[in-house]
Amino acid sequence: MQIKDEIYKFFGGIKPNGHKNISTLNPIKKISIPKKLIIPVRQHVGKMPNIIVSEGEYVLKGQLIAEPVTNVSAATHASSSGKVISIKKEDIPHPSGLPDMAVTIETDGKDKWIELEKFQTSKLSIETLLEKMRFSGIVGLGGATFPTHIKLNINKINTLIVNAAECEPFITCDDMAMQEKTDDFLLGIKEVMNLIKIPQAVIGIEENKPLAIEKLSKSIADDNSISLKVIPTVYPSGDEKRLIYLITGIKIAKEKRPAEYGIQVFNVATLISIARFFNHGEPVISRIVTVTGNVKKPNNYEALIGTPINELLRDAGGDTNKEIIMGGPMMGFKLPSTNIAVTKAMNCLLTITDEMENKPSYEMPCIRCTKCVDVCPAQLQPQELYWHAKSSQFEKLTNDYKLFDCIECGCCSYVCPSNIPLVQYYRYAKSEIREQKQSLDIADIARERNDFRLLRIDREKRERAERNAQRRSQVSEDDKKKLIDEKKAAIEAALNRTKEQNL
Amino acid sequence: MTIIDSPAIKKRSSVSIIMFTVILTLIPALLIQIGFFGYQILGNLFFGISFALILESICLYLQKKPIKLFLNDFSAFLTAWLLVISMPSTSPWWLIAIGIFFSIVVAKHAYGGLGSNPFNPAMIGYAVLLISFPKLMTSWPESNSINLNNFLEISTIIVSQPFNYVADAVASATPLDAIKTTLFLGNTIDKNITSFNSSSYQLISVFYLLGGFYLIFKKVISWHLPISFIGGVFVFSMILFLIDPTNFMNPIFHIINGATLLGAFYIITDPVSSPTTIKGKIIFGILVGLITVIVRNFGGYPDGVAFAVIFMNICVPLIEKFSQPKVFGYE
Repeated sequence: MQIKDEIYKFFGGIKPNGHKNISTLNPIKKISIPKKLIIPVRQHVGKMPNIIVSEGEYVLKGQLIAEPVTNVSAATHASSSGKVISIKKEDIPHPSGLPDMAVTIETDGKDKWIELEKFQTSKLSIETLLEKMRFSGIVGLGGATFPTHIKLNINKINTLIVNAAECEPFITCDDMAMQEKTDDFLLGIKEVMNLIKIPQAVIGIEENKPLAIEKLSKSIADDNSISLKVIPTVYPSGDEKRLIYLITGIKIAKEKRPAEYGIQVFNVATLISIARFFNHGEPVISRIVTVTGNVKKPNNYEALIGTPINELLRDAGGDTNKEIIMGGPMMGFKLPSTNIAVTKAMNCLLTITDEMENKPSYEMPCIRCTKCVDVCPAQLQPQELYWHAKSSQFEKLTNDYKLFDCIECGCCSYVCPSNIPLVQYYRYAKSEIREQKQSLDIADIARERNDFRLLRIDREKRERAERNAQRRSQVSEDDKKKLIDEKKAAIEAALNRTKEQNL
Repeated sequence: MTIIDSPAIKKRSSVSIIMFTVILTLIPALLIQIGFFGYQILGNLFFGISFALILESICLYLQKKPIKLFLNDFSAFLTAWLLVISMPSTSPWWLIAIGIFFSIVVAKHAYGGLGSNPFNPAMIGYAVLLISFPKLMTSWPESNSINLNNFLEISTIIVSQPFNYVADAVASATPLDAIKTTLFLGNTIDKNITSFNSSSYQLISVFYLLGGFYLIFKKVISWHLPISFIGGVFVFSMILFLIDPTNFMNPIFHIINGATLLGAFYIITDPVSSPTTIKGKIIFGILVGLITVIVRNFGGYPDGVAFAVIFMNICVPLIEKFSQPKVFGYE
């Protein structure tokens, strides 16, 4: 595929105030190793990995504490050395709000590394490398946390797109990572390109990151295979399908995957962790988190996975009584408490600002002004989705209005003059439809079973009848007579007996 | 429990701001109208809007909706404004009251209030009045120039005509009316009629056009509805004009007279009762133009915008059904 210089602007989108400058003033900061690390075992999309440590065990930094069970699963590692003090369900930062298994490590401060396996990527087969990657804990660090080794187990990719858009307001972790870890970042791109033979890579970056753009364009100046595409700052340009369109002009529907078009998209932080793993054998034990919003010293932190967020907030001078959003203001969700640890999905901690607190809460009727239509990047009809979600017309929602193409980016809610929480209506409708489908599936299975049971009963009945008929037909006339005579004799004998008794 | 109420930020916009902007752009045209037809229009507005807000409050109270919140949306205010400026300035108070009642109570709240009305409320009120009181509704005072005294005489602001008030000899016909009468009497159109008493209406219309352009510029309304409506009026009246210029007026006359420009920018752009899709807006606008031209030239009433809008309002669900745009990735 030939990548042209043209930018294919997608329909819709919004331009909210970025608030990015506040957290890019200072370099990425590290804080001292926290006393306790609470490491959720499952920090990825897929099966729960198998915990292989036990309480009381001493673990080293980078030691595997949970191993993947199937292909769609990822590993989890200890992010510092110390003693495992508990393995139980803890609050985790997940939109479901449900607690999940976590390994708590009491750190010893020594931060002692396990011996890391160094390997030369060029000498190993791709299968071996991918198998190793399964145990690296590398997942999509943009927030989707899909195990990366699966995305690399695909041939026929001709374009690697690097998602460096970072379109959500406030978040700057990728921006800072590209500025400070430029080499690792570019190395990661190279590794992925070499691994699955991708001829070209395009970095899609929003124009609001001039420093990163400058640094990158210098570094890739003599590299023909990697190009940089500066895209306009329009939210949600960092959405995978929108970014692909911006760069290639290909529109991909919900039901299709980019790989079908020869495209694979990776996030900045993911590529850096790939570089760290392939060159130093390091698993994912830390990530960069932007701590911003209503804090005194907004900053980016390189935080160990499992670091209680309280420590980061305290260092940034944040009010821990304020509500905290994980992720950006557009798609992030509010954390249930501050008693929660950093995970691989946590790109930003945003303490809510006065603007967010004073957001109007009343909901007016929809006046069909279609301001939402003008901004919907999926080119949906948000006002129709709202109308049908409210009246629970689920079939129309999925078939006619393509509800499941909604990426929940929140543009519609952002512009709605009636202040309708549109995205919430869509989430509700989606979960209702999924549930309905599930119970339908269950009902289908039950019906199938019942049909089979009726069929079986019917068959058994028929077989019995056939057997009886067969037996009957085998018995000859003489035998029948004989049988009848025998029975008659028996009855007579019985009658005689009773007569004798009566006498 | 985790609270998902994203997005956490919100653009500053509200129904009130939209409605208020629309009202602001109507003020220049109102000033011209006062200049031509007298200060009574202000009294009418004051009465009409107050009555509309009272009825709105009662309806909201009965529906147990927060009164203050909904009164602040300015929608009843705007409806009343649009209705009153469409009526002759000499209209008696009870005529205005009837119109407002049908607009606010019947056309809006009986269907569920803001956002749920299938018909344009102001046009329902107008149509009811036009059908029931045709004489009162078409008797505009004669006026050929702006009279500054009209601004100075705002001392007696409330109009207090007796109940049996009927527009007197001062009243004269609007240009559309004059054409209708001329043709009805079997005469043909000559140049004298076209210039008849028309400067006032045309000047007011020009200000609706300017206000409308401002609204499009400010992205309060989209251009699709007004432009396709005006285009529809132009094309269809042009066809008739080309067939027989002695019986049909030229397209420009149809655009700058009557309610064409008011309708294009302020009536059919009511988002609630017009289509939401872009294709649908264009179809809707063109068809409103067609029906307007038909009513004006072949119907019993001098102007047809109100009837055209109401009729096309019924067709909105159908238009929307067949004009759904393609979703990203499905083209």
